[in-house]
Amino acid sequence: MSRTFSKAVGRSGLYLSIAGFTFFAAFPFAWMAITVFKRILDLYNIHNNPFLFNLPPTMENIRLLFGETLFTRWLANTAFVGAFVVLITLLAAVPAGYSLARLARGWGQKFGIGIFLTYLVPPSLLFIPLARVVSTLHLQDRFWALILVYPSFTIPFCTWLLMGFFKSVPAELEEAAMVDGCSRLGALRRIVLPISIAGLLTVVIFAFTLSIQEFVYALTFISPSAQKTVSVGVPTDLIRGDVYYWGALMAGALVATIPVAFLYSLFLDRFISGLTAGAFR
Amino acid sequence: MEEGAIREPWRAVARHRLRGDRLLGPLMLAPAILYIVALVGFPLLLAIYLSFSNATTGSQTLNYVGLTNFARALDSTIFRAALTNTFVFTLVSEILVIVLGNVLALTLQQKFRGRPVVRFLILMPWAAPFALGAIGWKWMFDSLYSVVNWMLRAIHILGPHDFPQWLGVTKLAMAAIITVHVWRMLPFSAIVILAGLSAIPQEVLDAAAVDGASFPQRFWHILVPMLLPITTVAVLFGTVFTFTDLSLVYILTAGGPFNSTHVLSSWAFQVGIIAGDLAQGAAIALFLLPVLLVVAIGMLRTASRAEAGV
Repeated sequence: MSRTFSKAVGRSGLYLSIAGFTFFAAFPFAWMAITVFKRILDLYNIHNNPFLFNLPPTMENIRLLFGETLFTRWLANTAFVGAFVVLITLLAAVPAGYSLARLARGWGQKFGIGIFLTYLVPPSLLFIPLARVVSTLHLQDRFWALILVYPSFTIPFCTWLLMGFFKSVPAELEEAAMVDGCSRLGALRRIVLPISIAGLLTVVIFAFTLSIQEFVYALTFISPSAQKTVSVGVPTDLIRGDVYYWGALMAGALVATIPVAFLYSLFLDRFISGLTAGAFR
Repeated sequence: MEEGAIREPWRAVARHRLRGDRLLGPLMLAPAILYIVALVGFPLLLAIYLSFSNATTGSQTLNYVGLTNFARALDSTIFRAALTNTFVFTLVSEILVIVLGNVLALTLQQKFRGRPVVRFLILMPWAAPFALGAIGWKWMFDSLYSVVNWMLRAIHILGPHDFPQWLGVTKLAMAAIITVHVWRMLPFSAIVILAGLSAIPQEVLDAAAVDGASFPQRFWHILVPMLLPITTVAVLFGTVFTFTDLSLVYILTAGGPFNSTHVLSSWAFQVGIIAGDLAQGAAIALFLLPVLLVVAIGMLRTASRAEAGV
């Protein structure tokens, strides 16, 4: 009896835990979604039940967001910055990851750990000196500053990830190709890269989502609205003085959040195993 | 003899390759290293250099001013409050994140219907761009229309006329900041710990259960020791993310009310960028460095212990 009893308790405890955590995690997004479709008079009435549509739902907030703010411009800027960051990251991290996986002997281990430790240098330590660097290069207030700076955190992480991927490719495949007359780089291009396509895709997704999520540098380097990225534009620009356009704000936040969250969570396990592999190596 | 004939070309290829690799290896690593040196290493040194100068956003020339910036930072009551806040914020949120993270990891490890959906929803706070999640919370803590307060009134935790100012009173604002940070970090630590959990062979737990070990015994004598190293990693990363976070305070309270909820990074931003005193801002941010060094040492020790196979 006690066994079935404890099993029942365990099961209901499990469901209680699932319900609690899911509520905590998802509630803010649910509330954002409700806010998007509410009329101002409905939203700003303390006697209303906030979860009901006391007035009919409206598309006004979405119209305001797309029609009267620079939101689409921010989306375009973000995509542009992300694409360039992905390109620079691949150009630097693919050869570096391969070098650490295959060509480095002895010194490779030290460099690997060195690259890993750069994760621990946070933007909070760097945004002030980088503001100086950016203004010296006359990149202030232009999103090119972000294209320059973002690879400084995507390259270390992606190099690390790619190193792991390349190590898992059997060396015999390349050796066979090289015996057949391929050069080292030819073998990399014809054999290793096609096999590592999953790794390359992971790196592309990470470089892209990490640049969308970045806030501190974008906040520091860029003030004109037209140059902002979405994660800075939405929280700083949709507020005029003390007036908050909450409906439009929530619409902007959700539109940008959902695709990013979806992409990122597909690859989250690889992100985490990359981090912990680094710490355990 | 036949064997030797096969070996020879291999050896030649290998020798040739080795010579090429010695050059190619560093060459392929160079772009990444240069990028990191130029945009992480150099700025880090520049931060130290700036903190001993009188640089402002407008100035072109720098003068050496010794420890003045550090002395001025320590003199400010706002700085001292920010320093205390940073430690309280890090300590309280890390404790909550690690305890809840373990519970969440144990939960997600179980099999139940709808698990992929639950997993996605639970990961959302970490996967979403955090500045956008934080702005959602700012709306939830609105002074008049806070949905949190509405729910608390509905379940009679608050009286019908209570409107607590979550972001307007220092203590409540700190509680709000910690809540939102736990919300964001919980998925991260849960997934890290989950990775560690799945590495524990189920047979070990089953064997202990067959031998009559109760759940608490299995928990304390098997799960906890086996989860300790991975939890350490979660704590170290969590500490870096928490201790240096700027965006949360900037978005939720902007340091208010009356600069009482600043953390070191947000105060450095306020002074260094908004007020334009780069040198003073750099000095404030450098107070983050000692803790980061401790974390780095902790990380290296975990790494070397893992290497030794302990």
